[in-house]
Amino acid sequence: MNFWGYKRAEGRAGIRNHVLILPTCACGSETARIVASQVRGAVNIIFNTGCSDVAANTALSQKILTGFALNPNVFGAVIIGLGCETVPHAKLRDKIQSLTGKPVVSFGIQEEGGTLKTIAKAVRAARDLAAEAALQQKELCDISELLMGIECGGSDATSGIASNPAVGELSDKLIDLGASTLMSESIEWIGGEHVLARRAATPELHNKIIQICADYEAHLKAAGQDCRAGQPTPGNKDGGLSTIDEKSLGCIRKGGMRPIVEVLNQAERPTKRGAIVMDTAGYDISSVTSMVAAGCNAIIFTTGRGTPTGNAIVPVLKVTANAQTYSWMEDNIDADLSGIIAGDLTIADAGDLLLSKILDVCNGRLTKAEAYGFSDIVVDHVCRFV
Amino acid sequence: MIKAILLDGKDNVATCTGAVKIGDVIQIIGGGEIVCAEDIPIWHKVALRPIGKGDKIFKYGEIIGEALADIAAGGRVSHENIFSVPRDYASEMI
Repeated sequence: MNFWGYKRAEGRAGIRNHVLILPTCACGSETARIVASQVRGAVNIIFNTGCSDVAANTALSQKILTGFALNPNVFGAVIIGLGCETVPHAKLRDKIQSLTGKPVVSFGIQEEGGTLKTIAKAVRAARDLAAEAALQQKELCDISELLMGIECGGSDATSGIASNPAVGELSDKLIDLGASTLMSESIEWIGGEHVLARRAATPELHNKIIQICADYEAHLKAAGQDCRAGQPTPGNKDGGLSTIDEKSLGCIRKGGMRPIVEVLNQAERPTKRGAIVMDTAGYDISSVTSMVAAGCNAIIFTTGRGTPTGNAIVPVLKVTANAQTYSWMEDNIDADLSGIIAGDLTIADAGDLLLSKILDVCNGRLTKAEAYGFSDIVVDHVCRFV
Repeated sequence: MIKAILLDGKDNVATCTGAVKIGDVIQIIGGGEIVCAEDIPIWHKVALRPIGKGDKIFKYGEIIGEALADIAAGGRVSHENIFSVPRDYASEMI
C-alpha cells in the first residue's frame, strides 16, 4: 500500500510540506505568529515556555522544539528567539542542523532591534523557504513511512465501546501492512496497565509499562495529588465513565492487539517499527504535542463529547461513535462511527473505513481542524518555573 | 425499547444507549432484559444484578471499581456509588 508524500533525506516521508516558524520561547511566539500569517505555506506554533525553567523542563521543551523541526511534515524552519532565553536560537538551530539536512535559519529579536525588524527578515526567509518547498514534488511512498499517532480526548462511554476498538482495528491493519503506530497517555493506562502489558513483546517492555504507571502515580502523589481525584474528568463522568480504571480499559483499546515493540519516554523518537507506546500525560493536547515531536506524520483522535483540537504540523483526524456528538459538532469531527453502537457497522468494517480516511489524509486531504488552521500546543512540565 | 451494551460475560453492568426512566424495561445486547430501578442518563451503566457494598464492578471483563453502597439490580452505577481501588503494581511485574 502506498501514499503520495514528500521524501526526506533522513527518516520518514512527510504528508505535508510546511515551513515551520518556531519560537524558542514565549517571547518569540507573537513574532512567529505574525511571520507565519504573512507567508502562504508557513505554519507557526505558540510556545508557552523556554525561559526560567528547571533543567528537566528545559530538557523536555528542547526535545519538543527539536522534534517539531525534525518532524517529516516540515520542509524547513525559521526559528525566532529573543536573546536571553535558556537555550538561544543559534544553539537550537545548530542542534537541529546536526540532526537534519533541512534548511533552518534563525533570528533573535534583541539582536535584530525589535519585532518589526525581526519580522521583516524572518518573512523574507520564510518566503524563500516556502517558494522552494512549493517546488518539491510528491512521490509514491510505501505505507511503512507512516507513523500514526493515536489519541483520545473528551471521552465518554462510547469511546471505549466503539471508536477506540475501531481505531485499534485500524492500528492492527496498518501494522500488518508495515506501518507503525504510537499510543500515549500513560495515566490512562492505570487500571488497565496489566491488560496493556500483556501485549509487550518482551518481559522488559511488560515491566516498563507497569513501572511507568507506578511512577506516574508516585509523581502526582509527591505534588499532593491523587491520580484518582483528577481522573476521570468531570466531562468523562457526565459521559458515563466512573473511575480511572473504566476510562483506561476503554482508552487502551485504541492501540489494537499487535505486540508492543518499544516503550518510549515522552517526545522520544522511535527506533523500532510496529506498535509503539509512549509515556505522556492524559491531557490530550499535551500528548499530541509529544507525539508530533516524536515524528508522527498523522494523528487519529477519538472523542465522545467532541473537541475542536488540531495541530499545526500534523493533521489530526477526529472520529466519534456518539451519534448526538457527531450531529451536534459535525464541523469539528471527520468521521461518524455511531453505526457501531446502532449495530449496523462492525468494528472490522469501521477499521476499513478509517484506513481509507487516513490514506486520504496522507494523500493530502485536509482534516477539518487542519482546514481551520488550528494549532494547539501544550508542553508538559515537571516542576514550577524558577 | 432502550438497549444496553454488555461487553463481557463476566460483567455485572451494561452501558445504556439511551436515557431510561424508573420502571422502563431495558434490552441487554448480549442477553436478557432488566427493569430499570431508577432514572439512568444516556451512556451510564445499569447494574445487571444486585451489587453489595464492597463488591467488585466488572466491565470489559475487568474490575473497574468497588461499590461504595448496595446497588439494586436495574440501579445506576456511576462515579457516585463506585470507586477506584489503588493498584498493586509490584505484583504485576514479571
